[in-house]
Amino acid sequence: MKLEQLERVTGIAAPFMRINIDTDQIAPTREHIRARSEGYGPGLFGEIRYRDPETREENPDFVLNKVPYRKAQILIADRNFGCGSSREGAPMHLRGFGFRAVVAPSFGGIFFNNCFRNGIAPVMLPEADVHTLARQVEEKGGHTQITVDVVASKLTGPDGKVYAFTLPAFGRRMLLEGIDEIEQTLTMTPEIDAYRQRDRAKRGWAWLG
Amino acid sequence: MPETPGAAQGRTYFDKVWDDHVIADMGDNTFLLSMDRLFLHDLSGSAALIRLEQSGRGPALKNHVFAVIDHVVDTRPGHRYDSPRPGGTELMVSMRELCNKHGLNFFDVDDPRQGIVHVVAPEQGVALPGLTLVCGDSHTCTLGGVGALAFGIGSSECLHVLATQALPQIKPKNMRVTYSGALGKGVFPKDMVLALIGRIGANGGIGYAVEFAGPVIADMSVEGRLTICNMAIEFSAKYGFVPPDERTIEYVKGRPFSPKGADWDAAVAYWRAARTDANARFDREEAIDCNTLTPQVTWGTSPQLVVGVADKVPDPKQAADAGVSVLMKRALEYMKLNAGAQMTDVPIDGAFIGSCTNARISDLRLAAQVLKGRKVADGVTAICIPGSTEVKKQAEAEGLDRIISEAGFQWRESGCGYCAYIGGDEFLDKRVVTSTNRNFENRQGPKTRSHLASPATVAASAIRGRITDPREFLA
Repeated sequence: MKLEQLERVTGIAAPFMRINIDTDQIAPTREHIRARSEGYGPGLFGEIRYRDPETREENPDFVLNKVPYRKAQILIADRNFGCGSSREGAPMHLRGFGFRAVVAPSFGGIFFNNCFRNGIAPVMLPEADVHTLARQVEEKGGHTQITVDVVASKLTGPDGKVYAFTLPAFGRRMLLEGIDEIEQTLTMTPEIDAYRQRDRAKRGWAWLG
Repeated sequence: MPETPGAAQGRTYFDKVWDDHVIADMGDNTFLLSMDRLFLHDLSGSAALIRLEQSGRGPALKNHVFAVIDHVVDTRPGHRYDSPRPGGTELMVSMRELCNKHGLNFFDVDDPRQGIVHVVAPEQGVALPGLTLVCGDSHTCTLGGVGALAFGIGSSECLHVLATQALPQIKPKNMRVTYSGALGKGVFPKDMVLALIGRIGANGGIGYAVEFAGPVIADMSVEGRLTICNMAIEFSAKYGFVPPDERTIEYVKGRPFSPKGADWDAAVAYWRAARTDANARFDREEAIDCNTLTPQVTWGTSPQLVVGVADKVPDPKQAADAGVSVLMKRALEYMKLNAGAQMTDVPIDGAFIGSCTNARISDLRLAAQVLKGRKVADGVTAICIPGSTEVKKQAEAEGLDRIISEAGFQWRESGCGYCAYIGGDEFLDKRVVTSTNRNFENRQGPKTRSHLASPATVAASAIRGRITDPREFLA
């Protein structure tokens, strides 16, 4: 299955600046079943976004319930965003809401890998830069735009300042080309077969039948 | 793999095991790795199996794929084919059908090998030293306790491994945590890892594979090592492990899926040679002096918000930086605590012993030691869920179930139970002291306030009805 592609996104950025936002917060467990009928997105940050997650009564203080952040495509987050559980519902809910990129000083490693498979660019910038971007966005009440350019590996802030970022080559390819990653690995079948032959000789004990 | 005399720089255990699994260098520090074992569970694993079915593909190496039902199964006795979670029963049914269809190694709810995936994997010899093992579950790092290079992945990555038994991964850096000194009374592996997370933060391990080392680790049982490695992901290290030693080899010997005969001898030779070289360099080193450690308990909503049981709730004004200060303020609000409160004055509504962190036989023995001849305080709902069906049977053979239930704990069937909320209202909007690994907001249920601690501290707190230092009950 081909992945969703992303070359660049220009849009509203929503700052949600709390450290250690775990994937239980991003994709609450009780939203998992509901996503089947409702789709991914409405359940994003369900426990904090709603006063009552069951009735969907909104918490007016939560950033994504405010204009213009309701239409945000870029999330500005703090360090260790997406830590905790491996649940892939986390990037799926972000994507379902409309996000295409998350900018943070650091990410939980499993979440980071899951992003590329769900059309989200996890962009790492130094903490001071992320805090600057969040402050600039807040100063304009969110009425400003940020560009995340995966092709050029550059982010452009509200003031036009350009920040270079690095994505791992394989993840970047998944975003740019939307490759079918399984097909990609299967093109390496000769290498896989050669490895297995060597490995059976070296570590036969590790093989089951 | 022995040390190369005169080599400029040695290699770590992690580097050696990693290198032995590299199928291809894909550039930019990314490698196509061979996966020795894939373990599926009923949440992420079912999702991957259903997607495999939709893709029309089949498993690449079915003998190397294992599956178990643990997350959504009802743990109340007599409800094994049900799930308290809406849609959970369907997940179990589809997993059963697809595992049988593809001939995978499947431990169903009524199989004596059933249990929490990370308890079952070492118990059955599926996780072994020097193997790569993945599962769509962040706590797969637990299995580093037997020296496996084991890590959690997403369900798309699960699908990838099902279809290819290989996976592209970025190579992490090397970190070592050395535990020196000796453990005092009432201090357990859980306390050791909580103290570490309190020190380096929930983000301290990002990008690292973490080797746990030092005399305290060398003297520790494999079960204790599994507890410590379990929580590597709680400081955002995907991998935590203890390189195999004679204790590990003794532990894995004779288990159902462990190598036998000549294969066993070859495996032992491989494991004995696979050590971190004395001149290996780590990208980061941390040291913890166990002589100074006391029983730990978390007060907040991140595992890094931890103090000694005898200590007070800290003040956000003393936070290391603004980010931590905000985290602490919000945690105080969610947890309904005030800075400066004495932890041992905090009353509890619930006590839970279970999960892949602390529900192995040694944990239940410890809980029983504290609970023997005592009663859970009035108003406290106490639940014990053994980590596996085998653990449960062993505990029953030793009479631990009687001690634990006579004290007032519910004695349940094995499963993930109340570690993550799947339904059941026992702990809703309650304060629970718990032997699990995550104190996140709403983790154990809507508005549940979780305090992570060792099984001894959970048992002691259940008796007193408030957070309690287990040393009061230990000889």
